[in-house]
Amino acid sequence: MAVQKLPLAKALNESLRKALDTDPKVLIMGEDVGKLGGVFRVTDGLQKDFGEDRVIDTPLAESGIVGTAIGLALRGYRPVVEIQFDGFVFPAYDQIVTQLAKMHARALGKIKMPVVIRIPYGGGIGAVEHHSESPEALFAHVPGLKVISPSNSSDAYWMLQQAIQSDDPVIFFEPKRRYWDKSDVDVEAIPGPLHKARVAQVGSDITLAAYGPMVKVCVEAAAAAAEEGKSVEVLDLRSMSPIDFDTIQTSVEKTGRLIVVHEAPVFYGSGAEIAARITERCFYHLEAPVLRVGGYHAPYPPARLEEEYLPGLDRVLDAVDRSLAY
Amino acid sequence: MTVESTAARKPRRSTKRVSAAKKPQSSEPQLVQLLTPEGERVEHPEYEIDLTPDELRGLYRDMVLTRRFDAEATALQRQGELGLWASLLGQEAAQIGSGRALRDDDYVFPTYREHGVAWCRGVDPTNLLGMFRGVNHGGWDPTTNNFHLYTIVIGSQTLHATGYAMGVAKDGADSAVIAYFGDGASSQGDVAESFTFSAVYNAPVVFFCQNNQWAISEPTERQTRVPLYQRAQGFGFPGVRVDGNDVLACLAVTRSALERARRGEGPTLIEAFTYRMGAHTTSDDPTKYRHDDERVAWEAKDPILRLRTYLQNEGHADEAYFTALDEESDQLAKRVREAVRAMPDPDHMAIFDNVYADGHALVDEERAQFAAYQASFAEEGN
Ligand SMILES: Cc1ncc(C[n+]2csc(CCOP(=O)(O)OP(=O)(O)O)c2C)c(N)n1
Repeated sequence: MAVQKLPLAKALNESLRKALDTDPKVLIMGEDVGKLGGVFRVTDGLQKDFGEDRVIDTPLAESGIVGTAIGLALRGYRPVVEIQFDGFVFPAYDQIVTQLAKMHARALGKIKMPVVIRIPYGGGIGAVEHHSESPEALFAHVPGLKVISPSNSSDAYWMLQQAIQSDDPVIFFEPKRRYWDKSDVDVEAIPGPLHKARVAQVGSDITLAAYGPMVKVCVEAAAAAAEEGKSVEVLDLRSMSPIDFDTIQTSVEKTGRLIVVHEAPVFYGSGAEIAARITERCFYHLEAPVLRVGGYHAPYPPARLEEEYLPGLDRVLDAVDRSLAY
Repeated sequence: MTVESTAARKPRRSTKRVSAAKKPQSSEPQLVQLLTPEGERVEHPEYEIDLTPDELRGLYRDMVLTRRFDAEATALQRQGELGLWASLLGQEAAQIGSGRALRDDDYVFPTYREHGVAWCRGVDPTNLLGMFRGVNHGGWDPTTNNFHLYTIVIGSQTLHATGYAMGVAKDGADSAVIAYFGDGASSQGDVAESFTFSAVYNAPVVFFCQNNQWAISEPTERQTRVPLYQRAQGFGFPGVRVDGNDVLACLAVTRSALERARRGEGPTLIEAFTYRMGAHTTSDDPTKYRHDDERVAWEAKDPILRLRTYLQNEGHADEAYFTALDEESDQLAKRVREAVRAMPDPDHMAIFDNVYADGHALVDEERAQFAAYQASFAEEGN
């Protein structure tokens, strides 16, 4: 059957399986991705079926993982690298920023860097330090990288395929607290363009723009607001670099109001970029300043405090009220 | 200060720790050497090499032309044609010896100083100058000569080499890969990670460390307490120290390490013990951190002179040969000079070229804005 209801993690697993199956140059690399199938089991069973040569357990060295993936890409492979958790990508940040992102340009376009870096990110799972962060802006800021994040199983399945097929390096942020959420995946569908935003909920009074784990919160907020007679449009941006500003603009021209919602700290975050650009594009359509809802400029707090830190329904609805009050 | 005295400069260990150690490490282990500084041919039980007079002259020619190219580039920097130059003066034997050990299908991952290796790969020397002139950040197709772009971030390329070598092994090919780096870079985590990866995956890679004694102003002893080649042992593969000013020994040792890699026996670390005769780059002032007598001592070990002596003593080359080579050097320098002066600045729009292979909406938008902005000047000019 073409349409299946799958948890997001399982959809990623199926996607990787398909990629390994279709292209012998695709490799999976990372810590514990083999026998264990990854700490979130996203690569479960893949080493058993494709062998240790395709699904490679690596030494515990993030710079080494990304640096050797670059070398493998130079040799014609398409490595899909797993970084175990968001907070552990930083030893590899040097390789990603100074090498991976620039290789294509430095070679005047003669070589390609088809490397995907999968990072389970974000909070909400009661984890310890370094396991709940949202560093997407640090990557989106870097020319040469593409940064995307699915919010549901269908996107997880298709966006990962598209990322693997891309000749550019892609940072693929997986909303880890959505790994177990189930939704429909049509494995025979023809997917839309990778960087196009999706209207997750149609509305007319105000636009909420979100991606990854926050899309669900925003859709729930829209439902709650609807009970109070407010019509909220929700955009799932799907891609943080590039950002589909056209879709946001179209929505804002209709609603006149925009709130950007993400888990990452608001300060210098993707919300700032979106607010600035949309203000430029839609100045005469805006009925209120673009508002942002997100994390504080503080280290991600201990698990007992994360519900306070993470934007939830109430904070989103509060922002909706503030916007509508203008 | 001579290099022999570096041992005296090492931090002193307490008597207690010295007595606890089994044997104090010698800081001057035996170098593999096949040609002495006096130009005498010597034997080494493990490394042998048998070259025809033609091949010997070839190595000599490579070193002379590379040195001439390097001198010309330094001069061009002084004349304002290049923004910066990293000279290889003194390291010709290490680079030509290792470079000539390579097969066409081998792959090279250089730092920013491997002009001699590039020469061996058939990379047009003028291609190397673009990044130093500031017209690009590399600017050649690495796959044409299997010579990767220069890497400025020290140590990064050792991981690329290792990954590439892992790919070679996966392909079932018998090519080998070589990564160049310096004694300073040996302190970087990436180099240690590349040792780990190459060892555990048995990757066909040769790590060629040119220990030129200095990392800008920092001496090798600021990087390590054991001779560098001994590092390999802890990672589970062999390390060897070769006289880096002896082109024959560098060739023999690298050839042997490459063959080992081809046979599927994994990585080797080669430490080429050599000396950077000039400044780190044209921006550097070595008088601030090292004495002239150190350089003078190393001049006596000059890689080119010793091969010249050998060629002359064996009757492999006469005066006419050396004169013709001088003439060829001058021609090369002239060609390089002219090419650099003729090198155009890149088109303004090149800023937006090749940022992405598959395109990016923001880059497209900013390219269009920039083009319109540029065009506005043209209109004003009318
Ligand atoms: C990660 C990093 N840190 C610092 C520098 C600045 N830097 C450029 S070359 C150099 C010294 C390198 O010394 P070594 O590895 O011995 O190579 P050599 O230049 O002597 O050939 C330094 C510190 C750099 N390029 N990369």
